[in-house]
Amino acid sequence: MTTLNSKVPQGPIKDKWTSYKDKINLVNPANKRSIDVIVVGTGLAGGSAAATLAELGYNVKAFAYQDSPRRAHSIAAQGGINAAKNYQGDGDSVYRLFYDTVKGGDYRSREANVYRLSEVSGNIIDQCVAQGVPFARDYGGQLDNRSFGGVLVSRTFYAKGQTGQQLLLGAYSAMNRQIARGKIEMYNRHEMLDVVIVDGKARGIIARNLVTGEIERHSAHAVVLATGGYGNVYFLSTNAMGSNATAAWKAHKKGAYFANPCFTQIHPTCIPRSGDYQSKLTLMSESLRNDGRIWVPKYEEDVMAIREGKLKPTELPEEKRDYYLERRYPAFGNLVPRDVASRAAKERCDAGFGVNKTGEAVYLDFSSAIERYGKEQAKIKGIHNPSKEKIIELGEAVVEAKYGNLFQMYEKIVDENPYKTPMMIYPATHYTMGGLWVDYNLMTTVPGLYCIGEANFSDHGANRLGASALMQGLADGYFVLPYTIGDYLSSDIRTGRIPNDTKEFEDAEKAVKERLEFFVNNNGTNSVDYYHKKLGKVMWDKVGMARNEKGLKEAIKEIQEIRDDFWKNVKVPGSMNELNQELEKACRVADFLELGELFALDALERKESCGGHFREEYQTEEGEALRDDKNFAYVSAWEFTGKPSEAKLHKENLEFKDIELKTRSYK
Amino acid sequence: MSGLFKSSIGRKIAMALSAFFLIIFLLIHLTVNITSLFSEEVFNQLSHFMGTNPLIQFGLQPVLIIGVVFHFVMGFVLEAKNKASRGVSYVKYNGAANASWMSRNMIYSGLVILAFLILHFVDFWLPEMNYKYVEGLPENPTRYFEELQHKFMSPIRVGAYVVAFVLLALHLLHGFQSAFQTVGCNNKYTKCVKSLGKWYSIIIPLGFIIIALYHHFSH
Amino acid sequence: MNLTLHIWRQKGPQDKGKMVQYNVKDISEHMSFLEMMDVLNEGLVAKGEEPVAFDHDCREGICGMCSLQINGEPHGPDRGITTCQLHMRMFKDGDSIYIEPFRSKAFPVIKDLIVDRTAFERIQQAGGYISVNTSGNTTDANSILISKEAADKAMDAATCIGCGACVASCKNASAMLFVSAKVSQFALLPQGKVEATQRVMNMVKQMDEEGFGNCTNTGACEVECPKGISLENIARMNREYLKASIKG
Repeated sequence: MTTLNSKVPQGPIKDKWTSYKDKINLVNPANKRSIDVIVVGTGLAGGSAAATLAELGYNVKAFAYQDSPRRAHSIAAQGGINAAKNYQGDGDSVYRLFYDTVKGGDYRSREANVYRLSEVSGNIIDQCVAQGVPFARDYGGQLDNRSFGGVLVSRTFYAKGQTGQQLLLGAYSAMNRQIARGKIEMYNRHEMLDVVIVDGKARGIIARNLVTGEIERHSAHAVVLATGGYGNVYFLSTNAMGSNATAAWKAHKKGAYFANPCFTQIHPTCIPRSGDYQSKLTLMSESLRNDGRIWVPKYEEDVMAIREGKLKPTELPEEKRDYYLERRYPAFGNLVPRDVASRAAKERCDAGFGVNKTGEAVYLDFSSAIERYGKEQAKIKGIHNPSKEKIIELGEAVVEAKYGNLFQMYEKIVDENPYKTPMMIYPATHYTMGGLWVDYNLMTTVPGLYCIGEANFSDHGANRLGASALMQGLADGYFVLPYTIGDYLSSDIRTGRIPNDTKEFEDAEKAVKERLEFFVNNNGTNSVDYYHKKLGKVMWDKVGMARNEKGLKEAIKEIQEIRDDFWKNVKVPGSMNELNQELEKACRVADFLELGELFALDALERKESCGGHFREEYQTEEGEALRDDKNFAYVSAWEFTGKPSEAKLHKENLEFKDIELKTRSYK
Repeated sequence: MSGLFKSSIGRKIAMALSAFFLIIFLLIHLTVNITSLFSEEVFNQLSHFMGTNPLIQFGLQPVLIIGVVFHFVMGFVLEAKNKASRGVSYVKYNGAANASWMSRNMIYSGLVILAFLILHFVDFWLPEMNYKYVEGLPENPTRYFEELQHKFMSPIRVGAYVVAFVLLALHLLHGFQSAFQTVGCNNKYTKCVKSLGKWYSIIIPLGFIIIALYHHFSH
Repeated sequence: MNLTLHIWRQKGPQDKGKMVQYNVKDISEHMSFLEMMDVLNEGLVAKGEEPVAFDHDCREGICGMCSLQINGEPHGPDRGITTCQLHMRMFKDGDSIYIEPFRSKAFPVIKDLIVDRTAFERIQQAGGYISVNTSGNTTDANSILISKEAADKAMDAATCIGCGACVASCKNASAMLFVSAKVSQFALLPQGKVEATQRVMNMVKQMDEEGFGNCTNTGACEVECPKGISLENIARMNREYLKASIKG
């Protein structure tokens, strides 16, 4: 086991980034024109990075598997983006955002990275507003904020329930400007299938044109992966159907260490599963927890009556309800961090208090908020002694203005009116904090191979706070990577174009083709989804919200069995040289089947509970996560050695100089 | 500015401007004709004025003809381009689900109106031109009313007029507010414009229909 | 429920394509339309046939990837949703459902139900942005005051997901609703006003070159738009265009 060098600059945390930037090597504008950079993925991180690199003068080739960068899954982020602007004057600061993020991440993130993130967060808002992102405004014309889980200030900027969409369209518009100038060459409907290493450095990728099926070689001086998370390893998640780990996993197999794969966020407020045919889970923004109160019935007989449809939740009197988050965590109440809220829901449902037929749902109730807002509006409008109906009408109007589109979405899916009856929610896989290990420069352990956004592991530790993913993606893409990559590329100014007819490219292309040929020629019996669903079930049951040694060991064995069967009996119709969606899926699931095993292995190795990683053996008497800072205050970075089960563990020890390591408490 | 009328939006705006012109024309036309219901004398006086005033005859009449021809030609050009824009057509296309019959069939209501206009030209305009400019007959300021009544004797013609005006109403029901939308008027007054359009689209053709029927049955 | 599906099958851009009939059984009313398509495809794969190719990704109505003309309407008979949010409870047992790709000369079919919508991308590249560099060294976000009304209207226009339902529903295959939403967003914000003239001229020029039809104000796009983008935006674009043309 070696110790990893994170290359965090010396000096006080407040000055690290500034003084580092002052001394970093730069590439002059003329030389940038002869340097190519590949950016894979065009979500918030990739899109903003591609735009900025092109603007700096590099020749950028950007790749997206969708037909447009605007469709990357960043678009689905609903609630908002954090920034330490302190516009509300409620005591926010760079330090407080930094502190909240490290604490929220259960002290498993790298201090220097998080501080930098917090430092540039304000710039993101300035940048986006300049680009024309229509953030919500108050009546004075200034930017509005709202509050999110795990924090005590209002620092979240938002654009209705579509903040991710607006930020992505902002980044995409910046890209468009560069595409029009010819500085970004955009490759839509292309999927990266391998990274090419030449003399130990990342020098290109092998990509498949998803329309024609053609295998293409693309060379560059550096490769940036911004390919998102691997939540789809669970089959059911809030990720897009196409979200996959292939790029990151291929990089891992070519030498990039994979860090903390077991840190996965299970989001507490998703629409519960309705049947086996279900293809994905839909998230309801965390912002709903600002006004919604979460509860289950206090008594089992009421649970049964509700499940059988004999009792409506609205008929259950207050004293027979258990607002378990408010009961357990009086200080933060319904706004505890996601991991805590999810586990609490699971705890209640496991104890038999789930309110739908599957027993996997809790209520998110807006009736108190509707009443509160209604009374407030009645006062504002000067209505004396308003009737109950009037109050509800006024209150519903306020709630609709705030969350209208979410309520509509819920009603379309569930066919129940959430204004009149409480929503049903249940946790679902949402975000992966783990990812490729990167140093302070966001470079992986392969020189010239960078990783940004959700695809890397860096900033959120063991749990991400709400509205921080957008912040990290844009910070990496707009303000961090474009500087740090220059330091690396400054040594490449005399290299010239990277040829793509070398042996390394040939070998990589050959391997890719062989794998594709195998799939279309394999005379199997089961569809790709059959294996994906099987894998997902093992992952959810044994490597999900709560894990234990026995289950994890079983999971590793079962995943290996599913993988062996997959390689024998998978059936992929159609050919290689055409648009073939089953073939695309097969390639992705093949990688999930390996990643899932490493995921379980990492969970098994981390004998503590922290953030999204909850080991049943390590909990307090009250059922709270029991962290072990003495033995596990490190990042696990796994090196691929041929098989996931034989991955080699490297540790990056985490030092907390500016924040005291404490037990996370939201009580 | 030069590119304006080569662009899709420019052409649409031109279409709307000619529509406005025709909308105003229709109003004037009806105002003159409606007098025939009340007073033969007033009708003859107005018709005489319209038929002999040089500004109207040699200034506005050509503009009107150009306006009408332009509105039709442009209508066909746009329709042809729009049809081609679909490429392969749908096996099943449920246009009624999201748009009114009127808005989807402007070309057909337009074609009926065109056929009517030809009839109308043959009925009134050609004899008029013949009377005044070809044969050069002396002006008789009281002939108009009689001519009008004479034309509406035939039930077939009256029937054709009625059908054409119903189609005109349908054309206007979409066209009136559509012209406003095209020139960029969609604001707090849109509700007013829409209801004004509705009234206009019903009253004007109804007026013409009543005139035709009145003269048919009163003769 | 059991359904008869009539689906457009086309091997590739050069293929002529035709409607093919399929039957699906035991469809739950709680399924989304695309989950029903998954069931169909799972069955086809099991039989060794090629599954029906259709675009989809987020399956929560925001990425704009899914398309499908269902019974003659883009995104099917429901309103304010995309195909992935359409639920089978909108249909009855025994129904026949026609499923075709979005049709427009500017959206050539790639395969089966998948069309190429990159015409939209080119329109945006023609000017759908504000020319500001990405250094972050702009003015403080709150130094630009924007009235709540303008911000809200800009946001309403900006919610467009670029799915192309407007084009698919329009009898003229016009892209005006899409283009006007983008033009409006920037025209309403002070940041966008500087380049307003060039932007609208260039975007409309590109729109015309792509071969989309003209708007005849039928309003079908507004009805079918999953995000309820208003026709007001088209009027605004017409105004902007007229202004820009006169300015030169």
